[in-house]
Amino acid sequence: MNMAVRTPDPKKLIKGATGDWEVIIGLEVHAQVTSNAKLFSGASAVFGAEPNMHVSLVDAAMPGMLPVINEECVAQAIRTGLGLKAAINLYSVFDRKNYFYPDLPQGYQISQYKQPIVGEGKVLLDMPEGVVEIGIERLHLEQDAGKSIHDQHPTMSFVDLNRSGVALMEIVSKPDLRSSEEVKAYLAKLRTILRYLGTCDGNMEEGSMRADINVSVRKPGEPLGTRCEIKNVNSMRFAAQAVEFEARRQIGILEDGGKIDQETRLYDPGKGETRSMRSKEEAHDYRYFPDPDLLPLELDPAWVESLKAHLPELPDEKKARFVADYGITPYDAMVLTLERASADYYEQVAKNRDGKAVANFMLNELFGRLNKDGKGIEASPVSPDQLGAIVDLIGDGTISGKIAKDLFEIVYTEGGDPKNLVEERGLKQVTDTGAIERAVDEVIAANPDKAEQAKAKPTLSGWFVGQVMKATGGKANPQAVNDLVKRKLGIE
Amino acid sequence: MTDLTALTLAEARDALKAKSFTAVELTDAYLAAMERARVLNAYVTETPEKARDMARASDARLAAGKAGPLEGLPLGIKDLYATEGVHTQACSHILDGFKPTYESTVSANLWADGAVMLGKLNMDEFAMGSSNETSHYGSVVNPWRRNGSDVNLVPGGSSGGSAAAVAARLCLGATATDTGGSIRQPAAFTGTTGIKPTYGRCSRWGLVAFASSLDQAGPIARDVRDAAILLKSMASVDPKDTTSVDLPVPDYEAAVGKSVKGFRIGIPKEYRLDGMPAEMDALWKKGIEILRDAGAEIVDISLPHTKYALPAYYIVAPAEASSNLARYDGVRYGLRVPGSDIVDMYENTRAAGFGAEVKRRILIGTYVLSAGYYDAYYLRAQKVRTLIKRDFETVYAAGVDAILTPATPSAAFGIGEKADADPVEMYLNDVFTVTVNMAGLPGLAVPAGLNAEGLPLGLQLIGRPFDEETLFTLGAAIERAVGTFAPTQWW
Amino acid sequence: MSVDTATVRRVARLARIKVTDDEAARMTNELNSILGFVEQLNEVDVAGVEPMTSVVSVKMRRRQDVVTDGENAEAVTVNAPVSEDHFFLVPKVVE
Repeated sequence: MNMAVRTPDPKKLIKGATGDWEVIIGLEVHAQVTSNAKLFSGASAVFGAEPNMHVSLVDAAMPGMLPVINEECVAQAIRTGLGLKAAINLYSVFDRKNYFYPDLPQGYQISQYKQPIVGEGKVLLDMPEGVVEIGIERLHLEQDAGKSIHDQHPTMSFVDLNRSGVALMEIVSKPDLRSSEEVKAYLAKLRTILRYLGTCDGNMEEGSMRADINVSVRKPGEPLGTRCEIKNVNSMRFAAQAVEFEARRQIGILEDGGKIDQETRLYDPGKGETRSMRSKEEAHDYRYFPDPDLLPLELDPAWVESLKAHLPELPDEKKARFVADYGITPYDAMVLTLERASADYYEQVAKNRDGKAVANFMLNELFGRLNKDGKGIEASPVSPDQLGAIVDLIGDGTISGKIAKDLFEIVYTEGGDPKNLVEERGLKQVTDTGAIERAVDEVIAANPDKAEQAKAKPTLSGWFVGQVMKATGGKANPQAVNDLVKRKLGIE
Repeated sequence: MTDLTALTLAEARDALKAKSFTAVELTDAYLAAMERARVLNAYVTETPEKARDMARASDARLAAGKAGPLEGLPLGIKDLYATEGVHTQACSHILDGFKPTYESTVSANLWADGAVMLGKLNMDEFAMGSSNETSHYGSVVNPWRRNGSDVNLVPGGSSGGSAAAVAARLCLGATATDTGGSIRQPAAFTGTTGIKPTYGRCSRWGLVAFASSLDQAGPIARDVRDAAILLKSMASVDPKDTTSVDLPVPDYEAAVGKSVKGFRIGIPKEYRLDGMPAEMDALWKKGIEILRDAGAEIVDISLPHTKYALPAYYIVAPAEASSNLARYDGVRYGLRVPGSDIVDMYENTRAAGFGAEVKRRILIGTYVLSAGYYDAYYLRAQKVRTLIKRDFETVYAAGVDAILTPATPSAAFGIGEKADADPVEMYLNDVFTVTVNMAGLPGLAVPAGLNAEGLPLGLQLIGRPFDEETLFTLGAAIERAVGTFAPTQWW
Repeated sequence: MSVDTATVRRVARLARIKVTDDEAARMTNELNSILGFVEQLNEVDVAGVEPMTSVVSVKMRRRQDVVTDGENAEAVTVNAPVSEDHFFLVPKVVE
């Protein structure tokens, strides 16, 4: 599926004054490769250091310095390519992209232009209307630039080259996206895949993932419109907002009889709008040519095969397997597999247990609680074993679902073995029908009016169940209470 | 004591081992010679204190019996080589005041073998030139003069300082670099021996880059043996240079003096240029006779794409240079000329920092890479380069061991003589040497005689990839027949 | 192909070299002379010929993913015309 054949979905069209408009979106995502050292030097690639400390003489482009490629960065690009179901090019070439900028010390960026390391692939999006396939055009390796700081001095910019030469993967999608929701889903899915592979940490705040978004609009069935590129968007939310704004801006211009200038724009999150970047005095002319300091990158097919053999299970496969093996819904499986750590957590708990029950408890209790604390699953105070024990206690009827929530909160905040906690704190579910029956009788006796009403309005039985549960401190088996209440009230 | 500077590098090496004199004495002799020869402008920086310190350390190692292969031997270093804490400017104003915090791999190899640094040698700015007239530090004067003339001649370029210093006995040997002929042409103009090794034989790490796919380090020396000794120390596999080749470095000196019997020497008809001076043609014939008499087999060969090497070079080299020289922007080192904004600062700095020839080549290089012209110029030139390399591969596959050609189309010319000439006329100096760079092959320039005016003329031997040994063997055979040449001291 | 002075100015701008009117005029002539010289490459039949990517046919050496360099901001900035606290300083850049 590609932009030429993707049938316009009426739900995704934007209504304008002159009719419906289709938004065509393509993304170029810059993802920082997870590595110890930079792409062509031995300086650290780690974020955050004193100015120019993570800089080698190569990164500072001292005279006579030469690049030597970091093998791990190549491996990471290959892994990513494989994860995107893409063709790996066994022969690729590094080119120089020439332009002057103070944070570009060489006066050129080493990138891959005509022959990238990875060719066409795809990413599957779980959208409400079903799975949408987004084509990947290519992935190539390139150097990051340094950083200019403009607010330290009235007339000078400060240049720090710590980022200069850090390995980036530029992942270029086909213009297959049609809505801001898809943009958000695409970025999320890409991030998930990269994090599964361990090839990029996906940390958008630190700039590990940035997107350039190409947006154009057209009337369905018409040829592609002129596109604008929104540069350097560093959050999924902003990406969606930028697309929304930009699409409407373009539609507005076109409906007023104007035309779109092909240009580079920036998204201003404060104002919620895109604006044209200070128009360049001249068109770029990057004068790409193969970097004569580097030889072509030739990959041994056996190496690529071995990297493939060691790839982790990816989210789509994992999701399918969860649905098949544990009988959970595709939606639950999707949420559980968003992060590899949560999927691993789930599997540890779900093994030899009721997968649905585990999924429910994780999604409703654990994720909610972690979210409240702003914690990731890695930092969960409740271990898979503890969570499993709680689910077991529900399963074998030792505790009620309601008590399970309390127990979970205790384990979350205080820790401890759930089984022992149930004993120590007397949380065990009351299954003794005699004791429950007494409680039911008492509640009915204390509320004769309501009991009378309930005969005519059976839904009132719920109120009695609640009262009985309250009276038993939540420990009564809710099903048993329900049955007894109904029997005693004479409903059914 | 005889003048120590009269000894060759091999002789000085043996004499130091025999304790005939000390490294400090030898170094002092050179420092004195350098002082007397400042009119030649061969050195842009002299490092006498460093030289004496190194010489003292060498004497200690000699005394302790721990001498390296070049122990105590004073050398000059082309200004293109990064030398830690010492002036390194590629003789350009744009690197004003630059003192690297690092040492080039090749010079570090020399120091590790015990050599002594006398100073940095003049050169054409960024190695762009064939007469050493483009240096920010002024022209180098060739120690050779025409018979009975006091006209100052160029030493060739770009390694003009290296060649002049070796010819004038201002060092035992010198490092140089060769992108299109910058070792072989000045060697030929000064009666010295120079070798451009196979691309990848010497590390380029720490050499200020001109054209990355063509640049190669090599020595200029008084004779073939000295060149062989120096190359052995300069060459290495360097993990810091991806294009340096992982092959053991042979004992090149052992190749000097071997018999040339059975070698097949190709004589390419395409090197017989219209209008080539008769003296050059005669020299070439003489070289052929010498090798034939020594037992080599002479065969006529064809290298059909020879005439396209120079035009292709003047696309490829400037293109690479335009990109390699983009780093000189006034931000991290060297010259900065203020401007109203960042672009103005760049433009002012680069306008003031680069000389006319460098600007010319940057502009040509920028133009041929620019949008719409890449395929017509750069891509086509790289295809022609493939054909040039294929020409050589064909003759080598047919059993030719080496190729003999003139090194230059003429003898040294006068300083300023070509100042008003078309730039292309100057470029023609490299017409015989540039093919070798385009194909990445080794090439040796060896003096073969003097012309009627008393100026040295050189021949070039071109070898198979990484077969520098054959070139030393053949070069030594020519040298045995014609002797070595030294200018009469007039300075 | 030949260039005019406007092209020379555009190229000089791309290369960030300020040229005076005199220089632009002179360089136009020089560039045309060089371009005229290289024109002869058009005689060569290059159909089916691969462009040269490297003169030596060896596999590109790679480095291991180990931090071996950096941690010396002084060495990086010691030659800088203007620096402060190990930052390089340049005239303010407006984006």
